[in-house]
Amino acid sequence: MEKVLMKGNEVIGEAAIQAGCRYFFGYPITPQNELPAYMARRLPQEGGVFLQAESEISAINMVYGAAGAGARVMTSSSSPGISLKQEGISYIAGAELPCVIVNIMRGGPGLGGIQPGQADYFQATKGGGHGDYHPIVLAPSTIQELADLVMEGFDLADAYRNPVMVLGDGMLGQMMEPVSFGGYRGRTLPPKDWATTGKTPDRAPNIINSLFIDPQELEDRVLHIYEKYETVKANEVRCETYRCEDAKIIIAAYGTMARVVKNVIDRAAAEGVKVGLIRPVTLWPFPYDEFAEWAAKPHVKAFLSVEMSMGQMVEDVRLGVNGQKPVHFYGRTGGMVPEPETILAEIKKIAGGE
Amino acid sequence: MAVVFDKPRALTDTPFHYCPGCTHGIVHRLVAEVIDELDIQEKTIGIAPVGCAVFAYNYFDCDMHEAAHGRAPAVATGIKRVLPDNVVFTYQGDGDLASIGTAEIVHAATRGEKITTIFINNAIYGMTGGQMAPTTLPGQVTTTSPYGRDTEVAGHPVRVSEMLSTLDGAAHIERVSVHDVPHIIKAKKAIKKAFTCQIEGKGFSLVEVLSTCPSNWGMTPQEAMDWVRDNMIPYYPLGVKKEVEA
Repeated sequence: MEKVLMKGNEVIGEAAIQAGCRYFFGYPITPQNELPAYMARRLPQEGGVFLQAESEISAINMVYGAAGAGARVMTSSSSPGISLKQEGISYIAGAELPCVIVNIMRGGPGLGGIQPGQADYFQATKGGGHGDYHPIVLAPSTIQELADLVMEGFDLADAYRNPVMVLGDGMLGQMMEPVSFGGYRGRTLPPKDWATTGKTPDRAPNIINSLFIDPQELEDRVLHIYEKYETVKANEVRCETYRCEDAKIIIAAYGTMARVVKNVIDRAAAEGVKVGLIRPVTLWPFPYDEFAEWAAKPHVKAFLSVEMSMGQMVEDVRLGVNGQKPVHFYGRTGGMVPEPETILAEIKKIAGGE
Repeated sequence: MAVVFDKPRALTDTPFHYCPGCTHGIVHRLVAEVIDELDIQEKTIGIAPVGCAVFAYNYFDCDMHEAAHGRAPAVATGIKRVLPDNVVFTYQGDGDLASIGTAEIVHAATRGEKITTIFINNAIYGMTGGQMAPTTLPGQVTTTSPYGRDTEVAGHPVRVSEMLSTLDGAAHIERVSVHDVPHIIKAKKAIKKAFTCQIEGKGFSLVEVLSTCPSNWGMTPQEAMDWVRDNMIPYYPLGVKKEVEA
C-alpha cells in the first residue's frame, strides 16, 4: 500500500477525512497548529467545513451541535485548551453524542510549556469534566498507529455514542514518519435516527439533552451510559506487549514514551537484563487484566511505569497488578522527555534491588 | 363549533412551567406561530438555553438541542454548518446571552451565522432566584444588588442590540416589547422578519424581547408589564437597530 511521509498533526487531519469527517471546529494552540491548518486547506476541497472558533469553549460546543445533527465531527487542542473543552465534553458524553477530540499534550499545569508531556492522563481517562462519564481514550505511539486510531476512533464514537479522545503529545504531533491511509474498513454502525435533522411527521421531536431534573431519570441515563461502558470494556481494550515472555521487569509506557522504552528494552537485553513492555493502546478502558495476568507469572519480579508526568498511569498499573508484585515509577515532566540512559539506570536499580 | 383560537402546531401539549405574568409563554407562542406561518416546522431545529427557558425543548414541537449556559449560538453554528438548508434558532435569556455567552453571541453575529436568536431581556436571573443580570437597570434591587445596582461597583447594563448592530455579519437586529397587545403584534412581526432573514440567507438575526419577571421583581403581573413600559423601554429603546436589504 502506498506510503507518504507526513507530520503527525497533518496525519490526524487526513485520517479524519478518510474516515468521513467533514466538520472541524478548532482554536489555535501549540503544538497542534498544523492540524487545524491542514483541515482549513483540505475540508473545503471535500465539501466540508472548517471553522476557527472564538475559543476552545465555542469550538467544542460547535462540535456538540454538529454531532447532534448527525455529522462526523472533530476538534483538537493541547492541554490548556482541552481543559477549556471539558464542560462541553461532559455535555457530549451526557447527551450520548459521538465525536473525536484530539489532545496533543504539552507540559502543565497552568500555561505550562509547549514541549511534549503526558500529564493529562488523569484528565483524559478519569472523566475530565463534571459528572459520571469516561471518554474512550486512544494512545497511539507511531504515526501509522495515529492514522489508524483516528479512523477507528470515529467508528468507536459512533458505535457507542460516546466521545473518543486521541491522546498524543507534542513529539507525536511534530514528528514525520511514513504512513498509509489504506487500512480503514469501517464498522457496520447503527443509523443516527436520534439526530436533530428536522422533525418529520412520522416521528416525535428528537431532543439532544443532558438535563434530567428528576433524579431517577438522571440515574437511569447514567446507568444506561455505564451499561455501554461494560460493553466497551469487554470488546475494546487494546494493548501491545513487547518481550514480556521471559521478562523479569515489565515496563508500562504509552505513546511517545513507549517508543523510547522499546529502545531501552533492547539495550537492556544486550546487557543481559530481561525487560518487557506492556503498552496500553486504550488508556480508557485500561488493560487491567493484561497487567494482572503478567503479574501472576513467576518470572515477572517487578513493574516500572515510565511516563512524562509525575506519575499518573502508574495508579492504573497498580490497580492491575493489585499487589502481586512491586510497582515502581520513573518520570520526567514539564516537557522533559526521559533519556534512555536514565531509564536503563532505573531498570538496573530495580533489577539489582529485587 | 368553529375554532376561533387554537394552539400553534409548533407547540407541544406540555404545560408551560412559567410563573403567572411571565412573558416567556407569550414569546414561545409568537415563535411557534411564526414557525407555523412560514411552514418550517419540519426543518426547524431549536436550541434551548440554561435559564428559565431551559425546558423549551419540551414546548416546541420540532427537533431541539439543549445547550450549556451561554453556548447556544456555538451549538447552533455547529448544527447550521452541517444542515445549511434547515432553520436554526436559539432562545436565550439575558444571563445566558449577555453575560456568560457574550463571546458566543458576538462571534456568531460577526460571522454572519445564518441563525435566528430570540433574546429575552427581563433584567434579572430568573431561574436561580433573582440575581443581578448584565441588563439589570441602575438602581434595580436584586438578591446580589440588594441596595440597588450601583454602577460604580457593578458597572453598567449592556445594550445588546445596539452592540450587535455594529457588526457587519448582523443582518437583522430589532428590540421589541411584549408588555401590551399592540407591542405583542409588533414583536411577532419582528420575529417573523428575523426568521425570514435567515431563510433568505442574509446573515445573523436577533430579536431582543423586553420581558417581565414578576416573581423576582416582586410585582403583580400588571405591575410588571407597567414596569417594562416605564423603566425598561426608556433605557432600552425599541426599534430596528440593523436591517440589511437583499
